[in-house]
Amino acid sequence: MPDENEFEGEYQGGTVKRFLYVNRRAPHGTIYPHETLEMVLIAAAFDQDVTVVFLDDGVYQIKKDQDTKGIGIKNFTPAFRALDDYDVEKLYVEKESLEARGLTAEDLLVPVEVVSTEELREIMAEQDVVLGG
Amino acid sequence: MASRMLHTVNKSPFERNSLNSCLRLARKGSAVLLIEDGVYAAVAGTSVAERVSERMAELSFYVLGPDVAARGLGGAPLIEGFRVVDYDGFVDLVAEHDATQAWL
Repeated sequence: MPDENEFEGEYQGGTVKRFLYVNRRAPHGTIYPHETLEMVLIAAAFDQDVTVVFLDDGVYQIKKDQDTKGIGIKNFTPAFRALDDYDVEKLYVEKESLEARGLTAEDLLVPVEVVSTEELREIMAEQDVVLGG
Repeated sequence: MASRMLHTVNKSPFERNSLNSCLRLARKGSAVLLIEDGVYAAVAGTSVAERVSERMAELSFYVLGPDVAARGLGGAPLIEGFRVVDYDGFVDLVAEHDATQAWL
């Protein structure tokens, strides 16, 4: 059943939902990170309210200076820079995940907000739909 | 008898325990080559670096350069003692050892 709020919000075609995409995997070992980025761009193209978080090995997805020429695969990670063009501006990185890997926000290829585990817990609680990858 | 073993680890040390098991069971004098997502364990200053360093005196550690570069770690300091090899070096390591044990 559609609820009464269905036609509120920016997207005239229906309800705007809050979508959270949770990136937890390193970029090149599996196909999940690339596929999740595709999902993010699709949701953004439909004017949904998109938030993307990077935690655990997911923080490696947005590491600067990735050069995949030597391993014969396409480097999809520069496409993270396109998120801004799609008005996906809510990018969060868990501080604890960065620290465990000896990384800082300066090592990342897009501007992000570094948040604590406690803050991330609250961000997750605010969502309508949560998708892992 | 495979007295000289080459161990390869291709999983992130933060996601799987492949590296831990390798470090626990690799015999003194063996070589350990980190490839694919395993290369994250070669970077200095991470929460797993100390575990690797503890076995540096007994094992020879190698890391595959193209996998390091692919992950944006080409400029990152590696744990002291690591030797970076290319694909030819990988082949040489396999040829020089009696057997290869892949920790998947």
